[in-house]
Amino acid sequence: MIIQLEKRPQRSALLSILSPFIALGLTLVAGAIMFSLLGKNPFQALYTYFVQPLTDPWTREQIIIKATPLILIASGLAVCFRSSNWNIGAEGQYLIGGMFGAMIPVYFNEWSGFAVLPLILIMGMIGGALYAFIPAILKSRFGTNEILTSLMLVYVAQQLVDWLVRGPWRNPQGFGFPGTKEFNDSAVLPPLWESGDAHYGAAFAVVAVIVMWFVLSRTLKGFEVTVLGESPRAGRFAGFDSKKMTVFAFLVSGALAGLAGIAEVSGSAEKLDDKLSLGYGFAAIIVAFLGRLNPLGILAAGLILALSYIGGEEAQISMGISDRATRVFQGLLLFFVLASDTLIHYKIKLARRLPAAGGA
Amino acid sequence: MDAAVMVSVILSICAAATPLLIAATGELVVERAGVLNLGVEGMMIMGAVAGFSVAQYTGSAYLGAIGGIVVGALFSQLFAFLTLTLVANQVATGLALTILGLGLSGMIGEGFVGQPGIKMSAIYIPILTDLPLVGRLLFGQDPLFYVSILLVIGVTWFLFKTHAGLMLRSVGDNHGSANALGIPVIRIRYMAVGFGGACAGLAGAHLSLVQVPQWVEGMTAGKGWIALALVVFASWRPGRVLIGAYLFGAVTLAQFHAQATGVAIPAQFLSSLPYLATIIVLVLIARNRRMTMINTPASLGQPFVPDR
Amino acid sequence: MAQDSANIAGEGGVLLTASGITKIFGELKANDNVDLTVNKGEIHALLGENGAGKSTLVKILFGSLQPTEGQIEWEGRAVTIPSPGAARTLGIGMVFQHFSLFDALTVAENIALSLGSNTPIDEIGEAARKLSNEYGLPLDPDAHVGDLSVGERQRIEIIRCLLQDPALIILDEPTSVLTPQEADKLFETLERLAGEGRSILYISHRLEEVQRLCSRATILRHGRVVDACDPRDETAASLASKMVGEEIDVVHREGTSSAESDILLSVQNLSMSFENPFSVALKEISLDVRAGEIIGIAGVAGNGQSEFFNAVSGEDVHESADSVSILGTKAGRMDISQRRNLGAAFVPEERLGHGAVPTLSLSDNLLLARHACEDDGFTSGGLKTISARSVRSRSEKIIKDMDVRMSGVNPPANALSGGNLQKFIVGRELDREPRVLVVNQPTWGVDAGAAAKIRQALIDLAERGSAIVVISQDLDEIFEVSDRIAVMADGRLSAPEAASGMTRERIGLLMAGMDGAAGGAAA
Repeated sequence: MIIQLEKRPQRSALLSILSPFIALGLTLVAGAIMFSLLGKNPFQALYTYFVQPLTDPWTREQIIIKATPLILIASGLAVCFRSSNWNIGAEGQYLIGGMFGAMIPVYFNEWSGFAVLPLILIMGMIGGALYAFIPAILKSRFGTNEILTSLMLVYVAQQLVDWLVRGPWRNPQGFGFPGTKEFNDSAVLPPLWESGDAHYGAAFAVVAVIVMWFVLSRTLKGFEVTVLGESPRAGRFAGFDSKKMTVFAFLVSGALAGLAGIAEVSGSAEKLDDKLSLGYGFAAIIVAFLGRLNPLGILAAGLILALSYIGGEEAQISMGISDRATRVFQGLLLFFVLASDTLIHYKIKLARRLPAAGGA
Repeated sequence: MDAAVMVSVILSICAAATPLLIAATGELVVERAGVLNLGVEGMMIMGAVAGFSVAQYTGSAYLGAIGGIVVGALFSQLFAFLTLTLVANQVATGLALTILGLGLSGMIGEGFVGQPGIKMSAIYIPILTDLPLVGRLLFGQDPLFYVSILLVIGVTWFLFKTHAGLMLRSVGDNHGSANALGIPVIRIRYMAVGFGGACAGLAGAHLSLVQVPQWVEGMTAGKGWIALALVVFASWRPGRVLIGAYLFGAVTLAQFHAQATGVAIPAQFLSSLPYLATIIVLVLIARNRRMTMINTPASLGQPFVPDR
Repeated sequence: MAQDSANIAGEGGVLLTASGITKIFGELKANDNVDLTVNKGEIHALLGENGAGKSTLVKILFGSLQPTEGQIEWEGRAVTIPSPGAARTLGIGMVFQHFSLFDALTVAENIALSLGSNTPIDEIGEAARKLSNEYGLPLDPDAHVGDLSVGERQRIEIIRCLLQDPALIILDEPTSVLTPQEADKLFETLERLAGEGRSILYISHRLEEVQRLCSRATILRHGRVVDACDPRDETAASLASKMVGEEIDVVHREGTSSAESDILLSVQNLSMSFENPFSVALKEISLDVRAGEIIGIAGVAGNGQSEFFNAVSGEDVHESADSVSILGTKAGRMDISQRRNLGAAFVPEERLGHGAVPTLSLSDNLLLARHACEDDGFTSGGLKTISARSVRSRSEKIIKDMDVRMSGVNPPANALSGGNLQKFIVGRELDREPRVLVVNQPTWGVDAGAAAKIRQALIDLAERGSAIVVISQDLDEIFEVSDRIAVMADGRLSAPEAASGMTRERIGLLMAGMDGAAGGAAA
């Protein structure tokens, strides 16, 4: 038996909505198998992963906190991936965003007032955008492969931040732990509600989703993104410039990744330390594809991925399942998302092999 | 610099270059067949954890290396199934392979963290290895060093001197024409991807069995990506992959060397060197766009669905 | 069966019989119960329009496709042909329309690939050199295919085929890429091969050459055999009506005198070279197009036509503003949107992936070419919000005006047939009443009905006072629509000459790069 594809005359609208759900379903099945192999009760494990965190207000808030950077980064990546600019260095842009924003509280630790917080956030966005500008300009000027350069810059950013928090920026009163001084209150992103953990970053994420949705689906810029991603040659015929698009897409996604970074630094850690790089920039790639590169889908996908992080922590505590299982889950999810997308354009048929050679 | 230091420097360059060379040569074959597998990092880390664990269970580093090869090849078939049979986007699927490989290897290797590993020792041939200077360089390195050199020679011979190699190159140049002539495009690509996976797996096993006989989560640290960059650097020629891998080996070594001499450069800057060097090399290569365009396999990364 | 056909053929009986061949792709019946008989030593034409099912049938005979139903007999023996390799073993060789060659490989390597053997490359190269000289089709086995001309590439295909000593050679539209002189040379070779007792299945939609070359013809329409006849007993008109099945409107052209009218498009001394190593550099091209006239640019594909199109459309911007003028405005440095706003419109050669985004809907593809045209009002406000409704209603108007047939509402471009999509793409530009229109290969791969409609629309636009450039490989088309004709060869453009004084021979000489000055008297 071999698998054959038959092209549909038109893409299936139904399956383009269903495919992320098919992928989720397949991931759950694969997850159940994985847990059985680990000797755990698969139903209990899946419950702990995907239902239990929703039953408790505290974990619900944790989900929002986790989802914030994922959604912010992924909605920027949607612009990149739709226009076929493969920015896989969002993790680096996120780190540099956090670092740039932290400059103000680090160098002007006593400065307080209204202006501080907006300035910090803008600095974060500028940092992320500038760092994304490097692979963008290398691609548009020299034709350098942006996949490799943007990824290499992640490692460089990790080293840079590591050096800063252990070296010049280290808090002298920090008992030797890596990290800057804690920010003063004017530099801290306030919580969404009293005594809560979830900060205003979540609101930024929702605003980013709405803005990106509008731009991508209702404006000429969004049309340009789609056209250049589908067919650069037709885009040139339309008078669109793919080099400018590369720069635009990287700047937008860099700025959003930078915002995610500084929101984490200023809203959660309240200082820059060596625990900023948690792989959100890579997990956001999964979020972007699971959300079918549509900002509204990304909002939902970000919450689902955040749920898997929190569920993973729960499963580790209550069932002793390794927290690394979460990353396996996420990897499998991306695989199934990509595989399910085939259904949108093709019918899948199982066929016997062709009849064996006859006359010849 | 005295001769003994010189020999040890060259030996360390060889050790750093070997995994890059093996992985990049494998990926070169994949790309020559028109497939862009960005999952080298993921296959490599799977090879590293498989190599380490097989060696732990069997007590043999050689069986460990074979384990790395087998697991790398099997893991690559996931990518092959998605991109060749289901025609999924190759870039995204390659990323998925890397993300899954990093996660899966972390889970598999959890129990091995901190355990001392089994080192594949360097070969020793009486008299020959004891020759001054060249003895250790030519006859006293780890077995995978020799494998990597043979691999480059073998792949060059295969690609340019055999009919099968010609078929593989034709598939990478124009899969539509190849299909029209009855060349089995998909089957050739499956095999090429499998070969690339085997090489990446072996390269990973080199890390956990030769370089640092230990399992450390995420120990590939971007080497798979550097191997991908080497293929571009080499404009898809095996001989140039060899040169590129050794240049990178030298850069990595400069890092340790500067640390040893106690120059006041922060360690983090030295650790970034290979990544920065990769970017610079990619820029330099890309500036000669004409050459890149001529050498790039024309159907690289393009989806292929045959008519039935 | 063999006894019957011996009388018909008189040359040694039946070589191949295909009976009841049916091939279904999804919902499309590409071949419907097709019968075909090829005798030994004959040149047999397979005639039909684009999309009639010719290519599907020969792919089945060559083993690239498997029939859904039907039988094939080879020398009286029932066979299945599971792969091209099996076809070659039987003795079937094929010369593809879109060559199945590999640019990055040498001639010898290309040949070795189809032989599928382990013969050393050098021996293959030597054999190819010998055979190619014998047939007067010289080839250098060590040359890279990427560096060769279209005619030379076809030679590789033919030599590759002959090296296997085939009994049946299938040629798919072999002259569509050749100059008239190269085509004559090919006909000589084919007659010689038939004389050696080989059979030739000759696929074409060009009636003239079929009548000249073939002793029998099988005519396909909509996947069915409509007739099998001797083309020499037919007239071109009777063959055409069998092929097309319906009356095609004759394209009607009033003679216009445009010598005195304004120059609307002017190209002056345009030279351009490109970073892409596979591009042809443009060399000192000058051309004036006046209101009300159509200039036809003939030439074999790959001689700089696409590069010229891109330079005039503004997809490639020139450093000198003087190089291109549109309605008197120097536009050399303007981009394509600015040139459109001067009143120019463009239709590129490739429909899918250049003129249209395959996966996007027709209305999106209307926006593709018109978003920057100020008077359309498809976008509004500083954010350039798209007015989906006005784009939709305009695209419906174009669909109606051009009689675009399709299934579903506002389908993606790749769901339309070539002819219908081309009607939409041409209609998209005509709808603006452009003063200048540049069209590259307006009816390439389009069925006869749509082609006639498109050509008539171009002529009507010229009669309303626009200046039009038609770049085409199809000489019939060039003669049908042009007032003046120029020829493009190796990035140079000959001076346009009145169509009434042009002959095919003269165009052929210009295509071969013979200079106009020398050729004027010779023709």
